[in-house]
Amino acid sequence: MIEERFDAIVVGAGMAGNAAALTMAKRGMKVLQLERGEYSGSKNVRAAILDGDIMEQLAPDFREGAPLERRLVEQRFWLLDSRSHVGLRYRFNDCNTKRPNQYIVIRALFDKWFSRKVREAGATVLYQSTVTELAQNCRGRVIGVRTDRQDGIIHADVVVLAEGANGWLGTRAGLRERLTPDQIALQVKEMHLLPREIIESRFNLKRDEGVIIEAAGTISRGMTGMGFIYANRECISLGIGCLVSDLQRTGETPYGLLERFKRHPSILPLINGSELKEYSAHLIPKRGYNTIPQLYGKGWVVVGDAAELNNTSDCGRLNLAIISGRIAAEAIFRVKSRGARSTSSTLSLYKKMLNESYEDLKNDKYMPALIHTQPENFLLSYPQLVSKAIVNFARFGVGPKAGEGKPNSKCFCDMWSWTGLFGDGFRLPRAWR
Amino acid sequence: MHNVVCIKQVPDSAQIRVHPVTNTIMRQGVPTIINPYDLFALEAALELRDKFGGEITVLTMGPPSAEDSLRKALTFGADRAVLLTDRCFAGADTLATTYALATAIRKIGKEYGPPDLIFTGKQTIDGDTAQVGPGVAKRLGVLQLTYVAKIRALDLAAHTIETERRSEGGVQVLRTRLPCLITMLEATNQIRRGAMDDALRAARAPIVKWSAQEAGVEDISKCGLKGSPTVVKRVFAPSARAEKAMLVEAAEQPAQALIDAIFKHQPKLEADLAALARDA
Repeated sequence: MIEERFDAIVVGAGMAGNAAALTMAKRGMKVLQLERGEYSGSKNVRAAILDGDIMEQLAPDFREGAPLERRLVEQRFWLLDSRSHVGLRYRFNDCNTKRPNQYIVIRALFDKWFSRKVREAGATVLYQSTVTELAQNCRGRVIGVRTDRQDGIIHADVVVLAEGANGWLGTRAGLRERLTPDQIALQVKEMHLLPREIIESRFNLKRDEGVIIEAAGTISRGMTGMGFIYANRECISLGIGCLVSDLQRTGETPYGLLERFKRHPSILPLINGSELKEYSAHLIPKRGYNTIPQLYGKGWVVVGDAAELNNTSDCGRLNLAIISGRIAAEAIFRVKSRGARSTSSTLSLYKKMLNESYEDLKNDKYMPALIHTQPENFLLSYPQLVSKAIVNFARFGVGPKAGEGKPNSKCFCDMWSWTGLFGDGFRLPRAWR
Repeated sequence: MHNVVCIKQVPDSAQIRVHPVTNTIMRQGVPTIINPYDLFALEAALELRDKFGGEITVLTMGPPSAEDSLRKALTFGADRAVLLTDRCFAGADTLATTYALATAIRKIGKEYGPPDLIFTGKQTIDGDTAQVGPGVAKRLGVLQLTYVAKIRALDLAAHTIETERRSEGGVQVLRTRLPCLITMLEATNQIRRGAMDDALRAARAPIVKWSAQEAGVEDISKCGLKGSPTVVKRVFAPSARAEKAMLVEAAEQPAQALIDAIFKHQPKLEADLAALARDA
């Protein structure tokens, strides 16, 4: 056992964990952060969208030093069928101004930078150190962690669980329920290298401009899933996610889905001639509103993916992770500075502050439709939209007048089907940001 | 006893690529690791410390980012880390590297006590020369044992060490005097997982950083690119030598079997050879 005692231990050095550790360290708290991977970001292969305003609250100077791939100027939404796609483009000019606020980041690079900030702020960060168990006292209070290193029990006043979607520490300690296969999506993804100029010409981008494509569709045997494509600086990351229960039901393999996604005629030209650099898989919790897990307890709080604060567009998850990490840290600091212990009643401040910030953020144009008050599940609602859209297209396709005589009938039908799409509830403002 | 382990931060060669057009090594984004051979050296030193006590100083020369590798070495249990970093060291070949390292080891000897053993890996995975260990030994004027597979015995009173050295066609058992330099062979041990207090110490311990001047370098022209007579003429990605290899088994007339096998896979070759024979 280590004699030394910490104010807080943060488990995990992803976005939420780093945000929490950085915030507490800046507040002068004695913080230990434990990360399983070789470095922060080493377990992450994906690209993500970072909100500048949210990041600025943590690191005002991040634009100077952080590895930012491209500034996001456009989002595309594709509905795929087996041979074609219907697409929407949303281009936002406010990101073309001098101080962009949306960036594509490659997590493996960004997290590494973020972690350095955490260390510079004074937190002790240990990599390749896996927390195997939460240490609890006889009254069920979390008093520290056990690690896979020799003599690896460390004590702290509070443990911040930022362990990602699996959340098995909390589950194993009996603090939280285990996710079932229909509550979790498996995402498989790859990173493909391509020269910068080729990416810019294929995606119709100026230098440093970025685009992401989110694609939904009926993939196979009634399975639903969502794919994504990020145009990064010198690589393209793409992947596809499905509910684990769907994979079980159909017996499909995740890599099979990804292969099909990559061979889709709309996608193949984008990655043609590229070199596969990395591939990996990732779990994303997709629980509904009514099963939001407990966010705090005696001596612990949970943040980020582990807290499942993500029932919204996939690309908003990262920002929510940062927010939850920062707010949990602020709450812990307030509890500590009052001289109080971290009990479930004092730590309830975290949830209170999270809800307050949600009220603030709701009015903020940059914020995704948030968390606990938003019952829709993007992964699940998207396919419904798709199916309705397909119905519309089918009607359009078999309609008696389609393609006949009148020069503007096709145009009309296009309009009609688009209207149908919107009417079917492409709740754009909510779904997008 | 005081042992010095020289390590090198290298790009993870499993992930390195050569740019198809410019033929330069694409280092960008390639993760760095401690040269894997050096870990066998470090573990050998740690095992000696387990038995005989003393201290281990880890030394590396490299850019400021090489600090990461030193911290990792501290995590495994080394006591002290020294980073030799200076712009004038850049572009060093093995000759210039041995000069800088030998100078730093002398300084380590002055500061922290003279080393009994100096360890290196048998070679690095990026340079593959296996010259630096022996070069350092020569410059320091100590004995050297290369390709050591095992340390059989160490007698601190008599100042001797007995090792097994792998050589072509056998194992040599060699005994020599201390101080000496050992280059460790791969797969002779496995680096330990450091304990929690080592990990905590590694995350917070200061890393000793020396510039050329601080390390006691007297002749700067022997450092870095200036001190390096080796010139890299060309870097290229070798093309694959063969698509596949196959074993042709034939009890009788092996030559005929071989010809048949070749012609079977290269039908054009048979026609070409036949045409050549006709023309002749």
